[in-house]
Amino acid sequence: MFSNFDFDVIRRSLAYLFYEGMTFTLTLTALSALGGLAFGTLIALMRLSGLRLLGRIAGLYVDFMRSLPLVLVIFWFYFLVPYLGQWLTGSSRPIHVGAFASSLITFIMFEAAYFSEIMRAGIQSISKGQPAAAQALGLTYGQTMRYVVLPQAFRNMLPVLLTQTIVLFQDTSLVYVLSITDFLGAASKVAQRDGRLVEMYLFAALVYFTISCFASFGVRRLQARIAVIR
Amino acid sequence: MNYHWNWHIFFEPNPGGSGTYLDMLLSGLWLTIETALFAWVIALVLGSIVGVIRTLPSKAAAWFGFAYVEFFRNMPLLVQLFLWFFVLPELLPRAWGLWLKQLPHASFYTAGVGVGLFMSARVAEQLRAGIGALPRGQKQAATALGLTTAQVYRYVLLPMAYRIVLPPLTSEFLSTIKNTAVAITIGLVELTGEARAMQEFSFQVFEAFTAATVMYLLLNLVVVTLMRLLERRVAIPGYISGK
Repeated sequence: MFSNFDFDVIRRSLAYLFYEGMTFTLTLTALSALGGLAFGTLIALMRLSGLRLLGRIAGLYVDFMRSLPLVLVIFWFYFLVPYLGQWLTGSSRPIHVGAFASSLITFIMFEAAYFSEIMRAGIQSISKGQPAAAQALGLTYGQTMRYVVLPQAFRNMLPVLLTQTIVLFQDTSLVYVLSITDFLGAASKVAQRDGRLVEMYLFAALVYFTISCFASFGVRRLQARIAVIR
Repeated sequence: MNYHWNWHIFFEPNPGGSGTYLDMLLSGLWLTIETALFAWVIALVLGSIVGVIRTLPSKAAAWFGFAYVEFFRNMPLLVQLFLWFFVLPELLPRAWGLWLKQLPHASFYTAGVGVGLFMSARVAEQLRAGIGALPRGQKQAATALGLTTAQVYRYVLLPMAYRIVLPPLTSEFLSTIKNTAVAITIGLVELTGEARAMQEFSFQVFEAFTAATVMYLLLNLVVVTLMRLLERRVAIPGYISGK
């Protein structure tokens, strides 16, 4: 079954796969996770702000994003971002947006919906007495969140946030639908150029599997270490 | 914005000759539903088996369940679909591989099985959590009554566990529907695929995607409503979800 395998095709393309492909994948994952977390925290704060309208808008956004397939959202933003850019900059024609910027915006907006639900659970896990005590000390809303609530919420939710980031890492492979050279895109391009689909796709699967496995193992270790004993 | 909106595009004939553009999208919606149901049956059956296996006292069984879940959870769905679609036929004996490649609607079956296996690992984890949430005494009491292991699961643990995990299973089913869109990469023209095709033929990008978006939202709404009804029907009085 492996007799007519050409393992050399993998060795030949290693540099391309990792320097071009994996760099794109990891950069996109890291920046989307950070952006998604920042934006998601903002959405969570909006939902918990107690202001009816703000909460409704945030809730609608989360429900909306979470009921659409990521592939459709990727297409949406790919076509929408040039027009949004035109509208924002006031130029006369849709602006040109690169593949990386377009997918980064997509993933930040999409993941924010998922990260916001995690942060909301994290904020709600803090006992009511803490913000009350902070207020009694004279801290403003911003200070209460910044120094009391969010650091604890973030710490409590860190394992879940990291697990979501592993999911995000796997999901970035979907930029394939825009023919972008992420790790899978690079593997697929070599596969089609050399007619070596079996070797390349098996290798890509192995790499994704190994990275995700190690990452989730690390998260499990971390979870055991940082768990607060109550 | 100097985008030229044309909402009448839906009632213009599509280049495929199969009615209007709206018909095209509706046939995509139908294929999405079919693929999702097919995948869901596989996910539910295999997920239940693996979920139960993970709670058995046997070490070997628990290890198998763990390996199964890790295997399907640590690879992107897209890569898994590629493995089933492009790689599997090459690794099988020649005659089988040829049969697989010539199978009519190959992308439909691959998508159903691929998404089904991917989701089965998640269903298994949910069901394991559900069984784990039951008090230990239930299993012990059932065993003390002389029930075999199979009977303990069939009559005592599973009826309760399924009720507990019904809400998370609803979101897993919604994920299944959304995940069928990934099959666009192996040539399955479901709802997202039809919207993309409509965009390419008619150049009305935003109308096509808006229609697909609305259809996905409605589909979600229908599923959530039906599952709420089911939850209420099977709820047991005395529990939080009961009356």
